[in-house]
Amino acid sequence: MLDKNGIAKRIAQEIQDGSYVNLGIGIPTLVANYIPTGFNVVLQSENGLLGMGPFPLEGEEDPDLINAGKQTITTLPGSAVFDSAMSFGMIRAQKVDLTILGAMEVSENGDIANWKIPGKMVKGMGGAMDLVASAKNIIVAMQHVNKAGESKLLTQCSLPLTGVRCVKKIVTELAVLSVLPEGGFKLEERAPGVSVEEIKQATAGKLIIEGEIPEMKI
Amino acid sequence: MIDKTVKNAEAAVADVQDGMTIMFGGFGLCGIPENCINALVKKGVKNLTCISNNAGVDDFGIGLMLHQRQVKKMISSYVGENAEFERQLLSGELEVELIPQGTLATRCLAAGYGMPAIFTPAGVGTEVAEGKEIRNFNGKDYLMEMAFDADFAIVKAWKGDTAGNLVFRSTSRNFNPIMAMAGKITIAEVEELVEPGVLNPDHIHTPGIYVHRIFQGERYEKRIEQRTVRTQ
Repeated sequence: MLDKNGIAKRIAQEIQDGSYVNLGIGIPTLVANYIPTGFNVVLQSENGLLGMGPFPLEGEEDPDLINAGKQTITTLPGSAVFDSAMSFGMIRAQKVDLTILGAMEVSENGDIANWKIPGKMVKGMGGAMDLVASAKNIIVAMQHVNKAGESKLLTQCSLPLTGVRCVKKIVTELAVLSVLPEGGFKLEERAPGVSVEEIKQATAGKLIIEGEIPEMKI
Repeated sequence: MIDKTVKNAEAAVADVQDGMTIMFGGFGLCGIPENCINALVKKGVKNLTCISNNAGVDDFGIGLMLHQRQVKKMISSYVGENAEFERQLLSGELEVELIPQGTLATRCLAAGYGMPAIFTPAGVGTEVAEGKEIRNFNGKDYLMEMAFDADFAIVKAWKGDTAGNLVFRSTSRNFNPIMAMAGKITIAEVEELVEPGVLNPDHIHTPGIYVHRIFQGERYEKRIEQRTVRTQ
């Protein structure tokens, strides 16, 4: 079973050299730590920055320079700043190659819910609806089951949707799964030490298992 | 050059009336018009509809106006980080319209570019789409979203000149230039107000034609919401 950093490490293997990537809040933010050295990957922050650098050293925080999670960050040589309309313009026009974000639920046809729990939590969707509606490639980073032990990989989402038929791949503490165009979670890899049976138990939606399922290489 | 200067924040917001719709630039607490918000709190205008990506925190930014119950309705994309906001929302005192961040930004852009509406795929198939016209272009569904219609846009820039030309700094640019274009009346507060000719015309982000009033803010706290540092 993977911890949060393990999930981030596995997702980092999906990132291609020379790509523009938007990382969501939570586990996706950790992915930045595992991008292979030597890779030229440009991180987009949807408030209006391309070329997001590491967090600043203490004493070098700039209140005018933050990421979409409102954390203080730095720029890199070659960074560019722009307004929020242009930021979503480049997202809508599919200039951003890959979006990695968290989710509360994903359905077997690729629907995602991650912005609202009616009656409990209403924080808003931020940029998530724009990202999932337009991204070329979307990978979801999340736990396979919620805190109550219920599967987050469902036949149909029960929470209000963020987007429909958009998720391509899911990486959890247990497995890597792809969402098939005709519907269904295809099991691609098992996390180290996790059996196919355990993944079956934790998946409520349609799970497709074909042949031997390899263990992830982390 | 036409001189757009006003004396201070109080003078800039003097004719803001109860019930008006106001846009506020900023993302989180980054690049918010602190001085104008404080002046509106002091003025005590009520029943405002506020268009702003976020709603401040409990004791800073738009949070100060919420605390005084000056806000009737918020139009935002993300409103976490604010306990008073959540309380007013759950008790029904405050009306909230949550919209996707890109839709928020582009509805500002449409207003500033003189276009009545935009089409965006964001929110198709979700509750955001309820009651909205859907059009299919090249096999993909898009929602029609209307340009904003705001009485005032209040923005914060790094530098500005008395002709109203604005330059923003780093990611405090965010919604500021597009909201500056979208208000019937646009107020810009700046950290440094200079004479025409000081700013390079090639470096202007917002041309002065969009700005009706400008002043140098008395003080900027520039509070950081999520101070995050690395150790080495």
